Amino acid sequence: MKKAISGIGLSVLLVLLAALSITAAPRHNPSPADTILLNAAGATFPYPIYSKWFDVYHQKYPNIQINYQSIGSGGGIRQVLAGTVDFGASDGPMTDEQIAQAKMKILHFPTVLGADVPTYNLPGLNVELNFTRNALVDIFLGKITKWNDPQIASANPGVNLPAKDIVVVHRSDGSGTTYIWVDFLSKSSQEWSSKVGKATSVNWPVGLGGKGNEGVSGLVQQTPYALGYLELIYAVQNHLPYGKVQNPAGQYIKADLASVTAAAAGAAKNMPDDFRISITNAPGATAYPISSFTWLLIPSKIADPAKRDAIKGFLKWMLTDGQGYNEGLSYAKLPQSVVAKEMKTIALIQ
Amino acid sequence: MASHPQIVDGRGRLRSPAAFLRRLSNGDAIAHFITLTFAATILLITSLLVYELWINSRLPRHAFGWRFLFTSVWDPVFGHFGALPFVYGTLVTSAVALIIAVPLGLGAAIFLAEMAPRGLSDILAFLIELLAAVPSVIYGLLGIFIVVPLVRDYVGPFLKSTLGFLPLFRGPCYGVGFLTAGIILAVMIIPFIISVSREVLLSVPPDQREASLSLGATRWEATWKAVVPFARTGILGSIFLALARALGETMAVTMVIGNDPKISASLLAPGYSIAAVIANEFTEASGDLYLQSLIELGLVLFLLTFILNGLARILIAATETKGMASE
Amino acid sequence: MTLHLRWRKFVNLLMLGLTGVCVTVAVSALLIILGYLVIHGARSLNWNFFTKLPKPVGETGGGMANAIIGSAKLILLASCIGIPIGCIGGIYLAEFGGKTFSFLVRYTTDLLNGVPSIVIGIFAYTVVVLPMQHFSALAGGFALGIMMIPIAVRSTEEFLRAIPRSLREGSVALGASKWKTIVRVVVPAAIGGITTGIMLDIARVAGETAPLLFTAFSNRYWSPGWNQPTASLPVMIYTYAIAPYEDWHRQAWAAALVLLALVLLTNIVARLVLYSRRGSVSR
Repeated sequence: MKKAISGIGLSVLLVLLAALSITAAPRHNPSPADTILLNAAGATFPYPIYSKWFDVYHQKYPNIQINYQSIGSGGGIRQVLAGTVDFGASDGPMTDEQIAQAKMKILHFPTVLGADVPTYNLPGLNVELNFTRNALVDIFLGKITKWNDPQIASANPGVNLPAKDIVVVHRSDGSGTTYIWVDFLSKSSQEWSSKVGKATSVNWPVGLGGKGNEGVSGLVQQTPYALGYLELIYAVQNHLPYGKVQNPAGQYIKADLASVTAAAAGAAKNMPDDFRISITNAPGATAYPISSFTWLLIPSKIADPAKRDAIKGFLKWMLTDGQGYNEGLSYAKLPQSVVAKEMKTIALIQ
Repeated sequence: MASHPQIVDGRGRLRSPAAFLRRLSNGDAIAHFITLTFAATILLITSLLVYELWINSRLPRHAFGWRFLFTSVWDPVFGHFGALPFVYGTLVTSAVALIIAVPLGLGAAIFLAEMAPRGLSDILAFLIELLAAVPSVIYGLLGIFIVVPLVRDYVGPFLKSTLGFLPLFRGPCYGVGFLTAGIILAVMIIPFIISVSREVLLSVPPDQREASLSLGATRWEATWKAVVPFARTGILGSIFLALARALGETMAVTMVIGNDPKISASLLAPGYSIAAVIANEFTEASGDLYLQSLIELGLVLFLLTFILNGLARILIAATETKGMASE
Repeated sequence: MTLHLRWRKFVNLLMLGLTGVCVTVAVSALLIILGYLVIHGARSLNWNFFTKLPKPVGETGGGMANAIIGSAKLILLASCIGIPIGCIGGIYLAEFGGKTFSFLVRYTTDLLNGVPSIVIGIFAYTVVVLPMQHFSALAGGFALGIMMIPIAVRSTEEFLRAIPRSLREGSVALGASKWKTIVRVVVPAAIGGITTGIMLDIARVAGETAPLLFTAFSNRYWSPGWNQPTASLPVMIYTYAIAPYEDWHRQAWAAALVLLALVLLTNIVARLVLYSRRGSVSR
């Protein structure tokens, strides 16, 4: 009797599993011959707009599915180099060593413009703080430990900053958002540049690590007196306050569409052919100093013709209709000249 | 007697003895061979696992050698990797877990084996074993939303106000950190300590306890002075088993340890463990040295758990043979 | 004299109380886990959860249908590897077994059982993902299957050994060969225990997350076949739990409730059967 129960139990379990696996898939998929499955991975910085784009594109062409996993820019670079994904995404352009490791040329395609913002959690204090570049460098070096430190207080007259420890939050995974942030810190401080350097993953002097932009915003939300860096849209979507940063022209600028677009204005003129350019600390009175492009990393040779056409088609859509979704999610549009240049580069994908 | 004695085989068909014997031995030989092959596959898989770990960690082994175990830098930018912060974090969180789980677990095992009536003991042991079945990621989920705020708002400040002079409880309390990870690990390993210790205590021959009771000991005295010392090695074995389990725990620890590869004396500080860093950084380790350093960390973890599991089995087996030998 | 006796009696009572407290703490941990999940998870369980695919970030109404199917598929693949190797290996140990080879196999099985799941994930990555150049359900199923082997071996061997020799001897006396005895007599007698052992095994790997992180990866869509990345309940719980979106948190609770319910139900049924059998089998 007992034997029968367990035997029945197991067989029911296995039959259920088999039935689930077999019956569910075909009902929801178009016939396998038509479906083109693309796997992609990378940056969390543009994940909100990418997930929107891939969803809209899938509605438009139901047989094309782009499965994007936001595992961080480091992951995007790694997996595209290893060939385990069809394309990657990163907010930090690949270094020359990384490009040398690739079996074939990897093309960089800028998609949107975004910004890193310093976000914080000050219980009871609902203000917009000003940060000088040196203040941010010293906070992340661990030299400034309290919120009411003179370097922060002098930029924020009249604000009653608490005498509490700053809980620094950074990324625990390899991240382009990190790359943008430390690129900015490296340009702003010789000490940071030589001590810590810039890469998608660095040896942080202080702080807690959160996984992905999602992890950092989660940690900042839950930890009083925390200070972290986030992509702009994550701060906006999660209603986290973020501060203004002083740009090289001396102005305290808040990150928004206008200031990020201003930062990119100069860059469009000097855009190199491989699109790898940094626009942190851009010149201009209204430019936000921690802005950046973010790129899709597309292999220049794609064996499967169906996949190749699907990717090329998506890129063309992304550069035209896709750009219309940017501003709704607080990402700035690409400058027209950059779009034109990218359209020509699409032809390089074989 | 005819030259072909009729022998009936399993299907009721008549065969000559020679053919029957041939088929008999063939069938058995084939069965032996098949089952042996499958058993050998287990050996093959395990050897392949060790081989893959070894071969895929060759870059950092050549670059760093034994220094890898004692360096505390983890710098992907400049290519310096050391295992020390992760080994430290793994050991510290496991130690905290043991400090919490062993007294509780042993106390519970004693209650279940010696003090409680058999029926109640069975029901409670059943429930506690279910704890062991809860997936790690669910412990992590509850850790983030229950334990982290608890430690940040109550436990941490309480410890700082009472024991704050100790370097163990200095510094800011974020909620995530060694202590929180240790608390969650403690809940995860308690069922192992309880169930193995309970079995070991139950296997102690009754004459030990009876002799003690007949001399006038209270129930507790008989347990503590006669039964538990007898089962000492087995209980120690259960602790090693639990420790081995704690060392390899990934998800629950990753979600609450703070992900900071630093060595701090304070339990309230964030840290990192071997399993957590592999889970976080494996998919994005750019560059072969980085990836293989993570694999070498996996090798270190494998060796640690291997040694501990081996010790545990020896200790548990020793108690059981002792129990049988003294009858 | 009586004072000392009273003190000893007091200590006796005190220890009874303290150890009882220890048990209460352990059992209440289980009840807290269950309670929390039921309260938070039940709120977020709705039809969408079971039938819809994940939605883009920031939009509500998404579900985890693909993760539920994905987990089912991974378990199926894992069983195809774990059950045959485990059970047939266990038959070898119980029925055939040479001395040293058996010792080696048992030792290695124990070793494999103790390997942390993340290390098995690394192994599956180097052996399946890299050659295939692809994250896939197969890689995830391979990792989980390896984790299934030790428990399958142990429970098969244990239950086969529990079958009394007289049964085997009777079968051979009637003229059956050894392998026929095993297949037709011994295994059917032990099948109850073996299947319950397998059910416990399946329940264990159903909740594993770490080995899937870089083998099966994850998928926002349905994953057809076995060579594409696939979503799974544990990985979705992890991804959603560490994110800042309230909607994702709610879905994580619901998924955790579903996963825990399945795992605990399987465990309770299997263990109840095992305990009742243990009462009836003479030791």
